[in-house]
Amino acid sequence: MSETLPADGLLGWSWLLIALPLAGAAVLLLGGRRTDRWGHLLGTATVVASFLLAVLCTIQLAGLEERSADVDLFTFISTGELDVRAGLLFDPLSAIFALLITGVGSLIHVYSIGYMAHDPARRRFFAYLNLFVAAMLLLVLGNSFVALYVGWEGVGLASYLLIAFWYTRPAAATAAKKAFIMNRVGDVGLALAIFIMFAQLGTTSYEGVFGAVGTLAGGTITAIGLLLLLGACGKSGQFPLQAWLPDAMEGPTPVSALIHAATMVTAGVYLIARSAPIYDLTETARTVVLAIGALTLLIGAIAGCAYDDIKKVLAYSTVSQIGYMFLAVGLGPAGYVAGLAHLLAHGFFKAGLFLGAGSVMHAMNDQVDMRRFGGLWKKLPVTFVTFGLGYLALIGFPFLSGYFTKDAIIEAALDRDDVWGWVLGGVAVLGAGLTAFYMTRLMLMTFFGRARWEDGHGSTPVNPHESPSVMTAPMVVLAFGSVFAGALLVSVFPLSGWLEPVFGEPAEAAHVVAPALIGLVVTVVMLLGVLAAWLFVGRREVPVTAPVRVSPVTRAARNALYADTVNESLFMRPGQWLTRALVWVDNRGVDGAVNGLAATLGGSSSRLGRAQTGFVRSYALGMLGGAVLVAGALLAVTAG
Amino acid sequence: MTLSYYLVLAAILFTIGAIGVLVRRNAIVVFMCVELMLNAVNLTLITFARSTGTVDGQIIALFVMVVAAAEVVIGLAIIMSIYRTRRSASIDDANLLKY
Repeated sequence: MSETLPADGLLGWSWLLIALPLAGAAVLLLGGRRTDRWGHLLGTATVVASFLLAVLCTIQLAGLEERSADVDLFTFISTGELDVRAGLLFDPLSAIFALLITGVGSLIHVYSIGYMAHDPARRRFFAYLNLFVAAMLLLVLGNSFVALYVGWEGVGLASYLLIAFWYTRPAAATAAKKAFIMNRVGDVGLALAIFIMFAQLGTTSYEGVFGAVGTLAGGTITAIGLLLLLGACGKSGQFPLQAWLPDAMEGPTPVSALIHAATMVTAGVYLIARSAPIYDLTETARTVVLAIGALTLLIGAIAGCAYDDIKKVLAYSTVSQIGYMFLAVGLGPAGYVAGLAHLLAHGFFKAGLFLGAGSVMHAMNDQVDMRRFGGLWKKLPVTFVTFGLGYLALIGFPFLSGYFTKDAIIEAALDRDDVWGWVLGGVAVLGAGLTAFYMTRLMLMTFFGRARWEDGHGSTPVNPHESPSVMTAPMVVLAFGSVFAGALLVSVFPLSGWLEPVFGEPAEAAHVVAPALIGLVVTVVMLLGVLAAWLFVGRREVPVTAPVRVSPVTRAARNALYADTVNESLFMRPGQWLTRALVWVDNRGVDGAVNGLAATLGGSSSRLGRAQTGFVRSYALGMLGGAVLVAGALLAVTAG
Repeated sequence: MTLSYYLVLAAILFTIGAIGVLVRRNAIVVFMCVELMLNAVNLTLITFARSTGTVDGQIIALFVMVVAAAEVVIGLAIIMSIYRTRRSASIDDANLLKY
């Protein structure tokens, strides 16, 4: 890590990046219904202002020699030997995240103005979105693990509030709880990692931790790495904590686009990339990151092939793509830049895809079942074109964003030059084929074929119409990002050079396999995936209800490889049994003993109370009896 | 003259007093029976004082008399006030302090 200088000039004001959306959220939440008429405009304005500030800060940062600025704010915790200063670290890594969050965030705010136009609680929605942006910026800009943790919990809260935005729907409320609880499981890991840092190093600032982590025992470093990874898995929907992300699609679609595709779920990748100096010292933890990335990549892609809910397919695609990013950062120095480039490009095209899906839902009376779509390309031309570009970028069509960034990951995997490099590279290529399959299936079922919505299913007749321009404009901008971001990040404006102050000089790639050959192979596999989708879905009539007689593989994929079942039987049921047993013991055992003791004492005292007759002579008899007893006892003792 | 005669007399007096306390209802009689018990104790004390040749027992007996006199003054006052309020000197009628 390079020297960090105190910030001056505009960078000294970078705390405004966080403060602006936070103030927006405060005004909207405290202002109540009075702000209903202009709340959405204020919410959008604060994020756009943050974006402009982020651009200016990044430009100033690019001009600095050290390209890293420390913004000291105030003392957060100071007690004994512990001294946590609240401060921001504006360096190339946090800069690209700040740009992504505020940039994509601005577009999604604009889109939401249209998407949520008819929702009576639109102001509340924008308040939560602003809260989210503020927390996410704190997460990436904080200069210590504690600041990161505060932001980490903040985005968790905002995500919970937004998934449950339509809280009158039981499914939304359940999904929000599920997301919150599964995230807490991961957060335990992150918290424990921070506790270990406190205990062993006495500091949690990035500078302090990364400077001193080398002095720790190997086992401790591995423990920190694995615990950080647990936190990252929770937030990023990685195996084994992936099951909450698809359920989170119950929230409004802009939330899915912003939080569950572009920004918050990538926080895990950010955490691992930021903690690179820790992972550099522990091969074990890094190998686990690799394994989890590769596994999640496949699980997400397989599940994505079987779902009929357009947003859930995209959600599993996100799980799978973040698996790619984990795979990349797990590769170490060779993969950081590739992973982050894929993260940025993915932020553009996946956000665009979700917004497109939202536009389709908007046109189809909020239906999400792709089996009820079809033939929409004529009705929704702008959505079709922008969605199509996002689709091509995601499956890695040559010379679009995903092609460059995904190939970079596969190259980095193969460059390991051992048998695991081939395994990981193979998994990544297989994943590319699966991605092409499920995304082509989605395209064919949604936009092509016979218009199945004309069959009159559903409660109200649908009349598909293009969304208003306030919604299509952000989609167009994101489509441009989908097309050009990859090329920009890899070739024209290389991310590796920009991130050099963080990750050091990029190592000269070994190129075990020529990049051109890799590109060719990946493209062929991708085309095979598209062809397979055409054979299985496009060529035939799509049944309006999902076929029941399917292969076990399909059934497993439809159940997301039984992730929920496993979680339920491994964690939920034993927990329920334990609580039930404890309740029984509590009712019968503990309460029984306590109540029984109380009843015994109460009963005997009321019986003894009867002895208080008020007759002096009976008391005198008692005294006499007592005296005789004592005398008798004395006699017995002295005689015996 | 052996000590046992005195002690047996004291025991008889004490028993009569105790039985009186237990069986009589009239507060004045109960009081007198208490005095009888105290005197029986005094007799015992003085008997032992004579037998050991010290004055300790006699001094304690004097104390008991003083305390008994004081007790009689207060006790009779209480009995008088009870009699005034209830027109009865029976100790069984004054049983307000029951459960």
